[in-house]
Amino acid sequence: MALLFDILSWGALISGCILCLIGGWGMIRLPDMYTRMHGASIIDTLGIGLILVGLMFQAGLTLITAKLVLILIFVFFTSPTATHALARAALNGGLKPEVLDEGIRLPIDPLNSDDVAVADTASKEDEPSKI
Amino acid sequence: MMFAVTILAVLVTMALALIRSLKGPSVYDRILAVNTFGTLTVVLISVHGFMTGRPEFLDLALVYALINFIGTIAVTKYVTFSDMGHGGERDEKGDI
Repeated sequence: MALLFDILSWGALISGCILCLIGGWGMIRLPDMYTRMHGASIIDTLGIGLILVGLMFQAGLTLITAKLVLILIFVFFTSPTATHALARAALNGGLKPEVLDEGIRLPIDPLNSDDVAVADTASKEDEPSKI
Repeated sequence: MMFAVTILAVLVTMALALIRSLKGPSVYDRILAVNTFGTLTVVLISVHGFMTGRPEFLDLALVYALINFIGTIAVTKYVTFSDMGHGGERDEKGDI
């Protein structure tokens, strides 16, 4: 039984490590802030979720597991909240998404607003968006 | 052994987030990278507690998660409105 829990713990920890590294690499490589948010979300949910589940397999059914579950629930609720607030603040602040499909309307449209921050980038709108 | 591998991967990811926070073009990139850095610090504290056989470090990790969330929201609000106590009357859906 202990060997089974060790194997499950190894699997969860290694998967969490790989997903963390993928998310970090995405934060370096992706083209603009909204897509980098996707890499950060991989780290925040699945990466640290799997690492904490691996620690739970190590701890067994004790108070330590209760604390790990508390951390996991807390991060699962607060991380999307913080990311949502940040995306909304960036849209409000006039940060233009570089990768945007045709026909998608943003809730707050920085492309058609009169902000000075986007006025100098408006001339590039006719170019096809690069991936 | 497996905790050491996990700590190494988490440290490499923290370094990547730090690179992004140093060279991010906009201030929102920096906030996002620092938020990720704090989340990874929570994991680092937890795994370090397990590696040294002292799982009491989980209490510190829990407090760090709380402070990280509040700090991210506060910095986002400060950058958006230049004012921590802004009331949120700018639009009807809320402030941030």
